[in-house]
This record gives sequence, structure tokens and C-alpha cells, in this order.
Amino acid sequence: MATNILMPALSPTMTEGTLTRWLKQEGEVVKAGDVIAEIETDKATMEVEAVDEGVLGKILVPDGSEGVKVNAPIAVLVAEGESIPAGPAPPAEKAAAAPTPSPGPPPAATAAAPAQANGHAPAGERLFISPLARRMARQAGLDPATLVGSGPSGRIVKADIEAALRQAPPAAPQAAAPATPPPAPALRAGAITAPHDLVPHSSMRKVIARRLVEAKQQIPHFYITLDVALDALLDLRAALNAKSAKEGPGAFKLSVNDLLIKAAAIALRRVPKVNASFTEDGIAFYRDVDISIAVAIPDGLITPIIRHADEKGLAAISNEMKTLAARARAGKLKPEEFQGGGFSISNLGMYGVREFAAIINPPQSAILAIGAGEKRPVVKEGALAIATLMTCTLSVDHRVVDGALGAEWLAAFKAIVEDPLSLML
Amino acid sequence: MPETEFDLIVLGGGPGGYVAAIRSAQLGLKTALVEREHLGGICLNWGCIPTKALLRSSEINHLLHHLPEFGFSAENIRYDLAAVVKRSRAVAKQLSSGVAHLLRKNKVTVFDGSGKLAGGGKLAVEKAGSAVTMLAAKHIVLATGARARELPGLEADGKLIWTYKQAMVPTALPKRLLVIGSGAIGIEFASFYRSMGADVTVVEVLDRILPVEDAEISAFAHKAFEKQGMKILVGAKVTAAKKSAESVTVTLETGTKKTEIVVDRVISAVGIVGNVEDLGLAEAGVRVEKTHVVVDEFCRTGVPGLYAIGDLVGPPWLAHKASHEGVVCVEKIAGLADVHPLDVTNIPGCTYCRPQIASVGLTEAKAKEAGHELRVGHFPFIGNGKAIALGEPEGMVKTVFDAKTGALLGAHMIGAEVTEMIQGYVLARTLESTEAELMHTVFPHPTISETMHEAVLDAYGRAIHF
Repeated sequence: MATNILMPALSPTMTEGTLTRWLKQEGEVVKAGDVIAEIETDKATMEVEAVDEGVLGKILVPDGSEGVKVNAPIAVLVAEGESIPAGPAPPAEKAAAAPTPSPGPPPAATAAAPAQANGHAPAGERLFISPLARRMARQAGLDPATLVGSGPSGRIVKADIEAALRQAPPAAPQAAAPATPPPAPALRAGAITAPHDLVPHSSMRKVIARRLVEAKQQIPHFYITLDVALDALLDLRAALNAKSAKEGPGAFKLSVNDLLIKAAAIALRRVPKVNASFTEDGIAFYRDVDISIAVAIPDGLITPIIRHADEKGLAAISNEMKTLAARARAGKLKPEEFQGGGFSISNLGMYGVREFAAIINPPQSAILAIGAGEKRPVVKEGALAIATLMTCTLSVDHRVVDGALGAEWLAAFKAIVEDPLSLML
Repeated sequence: MPETEFDLIVLGGGPGGYVAAIRSAQLGLKTALVEREHLGGICLNWGCIPTKALLRSSEINHLLHHLPEFGFSAENIRYDLAAVVKRSRAVAKQLSSGVAHLLRKNKVTVFDGSGKLAGGGKLAVEKAGSAVTMLAAKHIVLATGARARELPGLEADGKLIWTYKQAMVPTALPKRLLVIGSGAIGIEFASFYRSMGADVTVVEVLDRILPVEDAEISAFAHKAFEKQGMKILVGAKVTAAKKSAESVTVTLETGTKKTEIVVDRVISAVGIVGNVEDLGLAEAGVRVEKTHVVVDEFCRTGVPGLYAIGDLVGPPWLAHKASHEGVVCVEKIAGLADVHPLDVTNIPGCTYCRPQIASVGLTEAKAKEAGHELRVGHFPFIGNGKAIALGEPEGMVKTVFDAKTGALLGAHMIGAEVTEMIQGYVLARTLESTEAELMHTVFPHPTISETMHEAVLDAYGRAIHF
């Protein structure tokens, strides 16, 4: 019997995604667990596995298709020898594809269950919204699923759309016509007359654009800069690395960045008021110390998270960071590995950058920008000396963190880095 | 001796107060209601209801004079004004005792008397100058209503110059009647007396009658009333009134022109003032502006435990607005989770003249003023089968949509039965329907309500029957 392979949902909020490419051709035999296609969402690329065996009869959605709706049929799976239908099969009882974040071989028998759970939750859940609000959201390019309704029983009404638009000003008034205008007045491609090549936005580029415009427009940023002496930390790092096993499970090689993550985590425990988010109803103080680390990847950046960084040892942080960075570069992070976090670190030291100011990663309220450690002349006890200094700039959301509090945090961070034995506690 | 401690006391038993009291009791609050005169208030005793009874009689009178159109003939058609008034009073009485029954059924304790805030959550009740009792409650809801505004020099004397109260119980039909003010109250009396055969003149100070309605509706009504023989003077002020034994000589000023007319009776219907006196409001710290109590969206006065609803807090002076506010106010007090403030733009307004007028939302002019780009639809009753069959081809429906979003900004109707139909548009607005849902709605055939569908279609150039 012909079965539809459906577009899977890779996260609870995903409504559509890009079918990057097919890894199987029409007519190829597939077994349960075979990776048949790659799908790209906002931030991650994931592989789609077959959950049934058969022949990939018909590909309905070609490589590179954008905006494929969750649960839309993307291909038809037929039994061997069965004739190939021209279009999608009549709705089957179960989804025939399961998303999997890693290429490891999951047990085929259990794969069907998560596919159903993932695929049906967002599509089957009714969104209570007035017809007018739905239309206004569409016109403004707002996703109503992200809004909280204020109408009877939480229904999303006109006033909620208006409130959302007041928060994030929509596109310039003349851009009213098209479906999804960008969140801020952006130049139309046609307006550039100089010779150029146009690269359409990847999903990630759109998210970066939207979130950072939102951050810069809505968050009252201010910046605090401090020089931190690195010599003691570098000595500690060398001493610790010398103790690593040559190879095997006990092996580690700590980077300066690993130690700085830990230092930031301890500083967040000492000055916990920075580990917070501004909300309409109040300031949310996080109970855990989860640190997002900006990782550059070929066509953008992503912020995998070291969770409970304050509780983890340096070797554990180091190894976790290596795995996360590798997975990030391969576009294989799971949503829960990059969504969340209460504080961010962005380190451009390896590029020789002396100092910079980073944009806050909403809804967090602070991000630490780290420059290169370099030998600089300093005055020590009235005489010139040489020290390895690193300039750090903390960008802060003033709605949550005032100047003195931000300075207190940065001072705590400096104290820990300059007396790095406290990292070992 | 009844108890004197309550969770909630409502002062005033009109459509705001008694509804608030019943809702409060339903929510498990121990509730008292204090009323000085009639349960049901002005609405039920001297307003909405008895006037509808009178207008029904005038409508029958109108039909009786058009019998040949429907294939009947009759001679010597007469009416007994005393019987018409008697029926109106009987209707009011029946409903007032109905309210008493509802309050009893819901275990609301009713006190007969006037109430005055006595501080610290206390309310002193007195009757005819002597104290009845002292009540106490955590929450006191003021619902004392409003009364007719009086023009200086034209104070009602109950004989030659009437307010709504005397106009509702005439002992004889005035031959010549002047109605000052062309809001809903003035126009309803003008329509009643004209249909009963009086020579009626309406004076309006603004440039059109029914000034709160859409300008096209005002113009349509103006024409229809003149066709019935009513005289209408707009942009005209009454500057003097000289009373003699059985008539009044009234001086009217239009621009620089002065005219005098002689009439037998004058009805003054020039607006409403809130009943804010003798309530102890100032001592309690309640803010009063322009004879109305100032409240927030949940009817809170800002003084803890003190609330006000209905006509007392300002326009629109409508019974259904008062009732709804009463419910919202009490539900908020009771701590219900899903309570939403009343959206005044979703309150329909109805005038029961002939032809009837009903509207909700913004007029075309107001919508433009608010910066909307508009799509406006019209549909005349003459294109509607049922209206013609009923012999009621005089009327029209007008819709005002936001061109961008398709939001129904306003709907304006004039014609037979429109007061019964406006709720369709009110529902559409409350549910935030766009033109699409209204177009997809199947309206029954043959009904006058089909004009509502066509007026939506017309806004998008799609009307079928015109």
C-alpha cells in the first residue's frame, strides 16, 4: 500500500522548513532507519529517516524547496513491485518519516511513535484567534502562535496584534502588500542599482536578522569595559593540560575559552542578578547557570549552550564545548542544545580583535565580548612591567541590570580570572 | 430585622443595579440592593419599556390608517388615549414585579429607601427623611442612574413643559407639540405623538437630527419624518418661552433669524445628568466630573471598595450598557479570571421611531477621522422581497469596513425591525469577524436581514439585488 512520507516537525514550534536535499532517488529501495532526506529549519539541519521499508515511489517536494508545511506529504513510499502513484496517497494513519538529529542508527520499531508525537502536536493544536486578528497577523508577517491572547479564554484578538506591532514596529507602511515583510524597514533588492549577486536568505540568516533587530531596537543596551590580566589563568591552563592523559577517555586539552566559560559561570553565581530576563510581568531570575557560547559556522553563527556550567568541571566543559562546536559546524545541533540559556559569551580573541561590543541575545540580559589576550605594558608598583591583558566588554540590558550591578559582575569576573584557583573550587 | 452585613451592596435597582445584584448573588456573594422608588429603574418604569408599549399603539394606529393597502376597510377608527397609557403602565408594572421576583429568587435582600455612603464600607439607608438602617459591605456598587437635563427657562412644570415622565402619561393628546432635542428620547416621543395625530415640531441645536448616528442615516430619517408631516428645525436654538394658560409661545433662533411658534405642550429632551447628589461622594473621595462619577475600565472609582456603573458613570446612557457594566464590575470583584472590560464601540444604539434606527461602531465620518481607509456598502429596503411584502420598503443598511484589514468598523440601519437585527452586526464585531465571515454567513430568505448581507457584499462591489 502506498504511504505518504510527511514533512516532520523538528521542534514543537516548527510550522514549516526547507527540504534541503534528497539522499535517496525515486525508485530506490529504503529500509526503516535509512536517512532519506535533509531538512533545514531556523537553526539546524536534520536528517529524515524512513520508518517503513519499501521503494521511494515518488518525490513530491523537490530538493531546495522552502516553506514546506509540517505534515505536508513530501514523498510517497510504495511496496516493492507496487505501481507508483502520480500524487500523494490518501491520508495514512501514521506518519512515515521520523526526524533524527544524529546519524546514529535508532531502533526502527520505536521510531514511529516520536514521529507521530512530533508531527501532530503543532498541527493539531487549535489556535484560538479572531478572524480579524488572523488577517492582521498575516498582513504584518507575525506568527500568531507566538502571541498570548487577551480575549475571552485567551483568544488572540485584534488588540493583541496591535500590541505586538507596537512592540516591534512593522515594515514601512508602503510595504503593506506582500506576505511576510521583514521586521524592520529593509531595503528591497530591486533598490540596489550597482551590479551585484543576490544570495537569498537562509533560514538562519532570517532568524539572525529578526532577532538582532529586535534586540537592538527593544533592549536598552549599555556597555562596560574592563582589562583583565590573563597570566595566572594561562599558567593554570598550562599546568592542568600537562596533567591530561595522552589519549583515551581521560584526555583533555583546555582552551582559554573553556576556563573563561567557567569563570563567567562562577561570576554569575556570585552576582546572580545578571542571570535574568526582562518580561512584561517582572524580571525572571534563572535558577540554573546556562551559558550560550557564540560559535561561528559557515553561513552564520549559533549559540550552543553549556548547561549548569557552574557545576561542571573544566575538563567536562572543554569536552562538551568541543562536541557542541563540531555539531554546530555540521548543522546538527538539536533545538534544545541551542535554545535557552541565561547569559552569552562571544570570543573574537582568536582573530586578534582587541575589543568589541556584542548585541544581547534575547531574552537574555547580558553578553560578554572577549578580545584577544596580548602582552601590554602595565604599571606595577610604580614601574613599567609587561602583562598579558584581555579587554572584556559586557553588554547589558538596562531594564534588568543597572550600571553598578553590571560593574559588580565584571569585577567579580576579573577577580576570578586573575585568581584562577577559585575555578577549581 | 434583616441582616445588615453583606459582601456586596448595590445602590439603585435599575437595569445596571439589579443585574449586578443578581450576578453577584449567582457568584455566591451575600448581596443587598437598595432602591428608593421602583425596581427596574427608569428603564423599566419610565423609559425603555413603557415607551415601547406606547410606540406599539402608535404603530397600530398608523397601520389602521393604511388598511386599504392591505385589502381591509374600516370606518370610524378611533383610539382611547387613556387606555393606551393604561396599557403602557400595566406593562411597566408587570415587569417591575418580575424584577422583584428575580431578586427574591436569587436571594438578594432588597431595602426600600435612599442610600448614602457613611464611610468605612457603610451605607446609611433612609426613607422620607428618617433612618431605616445602616448597612455594611466590603464592596458597594453605585448605580443611581441619571435624570433629564433641564434648560434654564424651560424647566419642566409638569403641565405645559414636560420631561419624559409627563410625556409618557398624557391625559389628552396635545394638538401642537414642540420637542426640544433630537436624540433617541426626543425622536421617539416625536414619532409617537406624530403617529397618534399631533402636529409635531422638532428643534435640534446641531446641524442634523440624531446627531450621534451616521450622517446618511440622519438625512434618511429627516426625510422620512418630514414625509410623515413632522416639522424639523436644525441648527436652531430655543431662546425664550412664554407660557399662557394652555399654550407656550416659543422663540427659536436660527443663525440670525428669529421665529416664534405657539404650541400646546413642550417636551424637553436635551440630555441627561447623573444622579450624583446626596450620595456622600465627595466625603468618600469619589471623583465626579460633569455630573458623572469617574471610573476605570472595571468600574472602580479608585476608592477601595467603591464602584459605579451605568448612567451614573456617563454615556452612552443605555440600559444594556449599564447591565453589562454591572456584570463586568461584579465578576471582577468576585475575582473571576476571564473578565474583560466593555468595549464601548461594540454597544449598539437603537431608536424606536418609525422607521426604526439601529447602529453599532463608528460612523463613516468617525472612521475617516480615525485614519481608516474605508470600504462602504449600502443596501436599500426597496431591493428586499420581505420588506416589500410587509409594506415596509422605506429603509437602508450601511456598512463601513476598514479597507486594509476587512474589519467591520460600523453598521448603520434604518427601517422596519432594524432594532431586532443589529445584534447580528454586534456579534460580528464582538467576534472580530471580517467581511469574509459575514459574506460566508447564510442569511435566511425571505427576511429583512438579507439587507444586512447585501450591504456587506456591496462594500466589496458584490451586491446581488441592487
